[in-house]
Amino acid sequence: LRWGGVVSFFASEHAMRAERVLQRADVPARLVPGPREVSPNCGVAVAFVWEHEPAVAQALRDSKIRFEAIHRYELEDEAQANGSAPAVAEDGDIGKHGDLRRP
Amino acid sequence: MALAASRAVGAVTQDVYLDHAATSWPKPAVVLEAIQDFLENAGGNIGRSGHRRSIASSRAVSLAREQLTDLLGAETPDHLVFTKNATEALNLAICGLAVGRERLVTTSLEHNSVMRPLRELERQGRAVEVVPADGNTGELDLDEWAARLRSGGTCLAVATHASNVTGVLLPVAEMAAIAAESAVPFIVDASQSAGHVPLDLSALGASAVAMPGHKGLLGPTGTGLLYLAPGVEVEPLIRGGTGSQSELEVQPDFAPDKYESGTLNAIGIVGLGAAAEHIRAAGVDEIYASATSLGRRFRDGVAAIAGVTLQGPADPADGVGIASVSIEGVPCATAARLLDDGWRVMTRAGLHCSPAAHRSLGTAPEGTLRISWGMDTTEGEIDIAIEALRAVAERGRNTEPLRTVA
Repeated sequence: LRWGGVVSFFASEHAMRAERVLQRADVPARLVPGPREVSPNCGVAVAFVWEHEPAVAQALRDSKIRFEAIHRYELEDEAQANGSAPAVAEDGDIGKHGDLRRP
Repeated sequence: MALAASRAVGAVTQDVYLDHAATSWPKPAVVLEAIQDFLENAGGNIGRSGHRRSIASSRAVSLAREQLTDLLGAETPDHLVFTKNATEALNLAICGLAVGRERLVTTSLEHNSVMRPLRELERQGRAVEVVPADGNTGELDLDEWAARLRSGGTCLAVATHASNVTGVLLPVAEMAAIAAESAVPFIVDASQSAGHVPLDLSALGASAVAMPGHKGLLGPTGTGLLYLAPGVEVEPLIRGGTGSQSELEVQPDFAPDKYESGTLNAIGIVGLGAAAEHIRAAGVDEIYASATSLGRRFRDGVAAIAGVTLQGPADPADGVGIASVSIEGVPCATAARLLDDGWRVMTRAGLHCSPAAHRSLGTAPEGTLRISWGMDTTEGEIDIAIEALRAVAERGRNTEPLRTVA
């Protein structure tokens, strides 16, 4: 999975809601610590596959989630690169809090 | 009085908790599980960091806000603000919406969580106008309500949905419609109705609705909610860190962060979210029907006891699961103690933080004995309460009244 886009938000509440809405719509999405150059507003952003940008924008509009901007952003995914579990589930099947198992 | 070997139903060692209007007990098992799960598997501070435990906490609180939105019918989760209780929610709404308004109109059945902020604003120069409402029938003269709201000058209206003394429901939908026609913001205190009667916030027509999380909504204490209707914005009660816009030294202007400075009561909120799911699964209609049925049982049982006066609606369907009684010859505080000592029946005596309501009922300054039931209260528990009241009333008839002789 190659993330090519990031949505930034004003409030982390909205990032959490966006992640849930996208996962329910079967759009791969992942909460990531907000890249500084994208937004200083709230600590987290939602990464998605750029090809899904229209679906992401539509889902955010439909659910009336306030977001700051959608960015084209190549995100280095350390978790994927080193084979460890990501901080937060991509598809919600690791558990409702994400994968918090100790390595 | 001996511990009642004669109690009709259940072991005497079994608690009969009939103080749900103060706070509900016990909480559903899912509430305890959600709190334990949160503390073990999340536990970071929400919205403050990007690591997995912070994100896990943020997700859990966000999910709770969604669960409450679904239960209560808010337009989006952004319209629900977490507070520490209904009192804080009411203060946020009242102090916020009173800005620039000269007259504050309310009813005679209000709790001090409404009355005290209003009287403070009165001390600062506003006018407080109280429209009489009948604590037994719930009747409020809607013509007078309309006349008050339209009698000139800027105005704010506040009313309780259900009396915390008698449980009677007020016609808040009609009152909200009149307020909307009069372009007057209207705050509803849903402290005794949320979780007990069907509530559709987006359809109610109020500007703001305050409620505790720990009464009918079955969450832990330390939780409350304020619903702010679309377009309604007020000044926050407190300002501080929100995890957002950290480069700015001024408060964010967007909900929910605008109103939720400082670390939230996340464990309470996730418990409240689980409780909301529990209530939704059970069905608020069913909860209301069950409370009504218990109310009829209580009313019928108490009506047969000499010396006991019952306040509240003749038909319990016109109220929530609350009844207020007075016992001839027995002060209500004594009655509450006897019920607890003898039958482990837990109630609340006195004025219930509602002196205005008791004055309008004619039960001030003594107050009443309030019995309030909840989602899991059984007919057997109501029967125990009736039996205990019968014994206490009998004692009252056969005892010389207490006299101060010196």
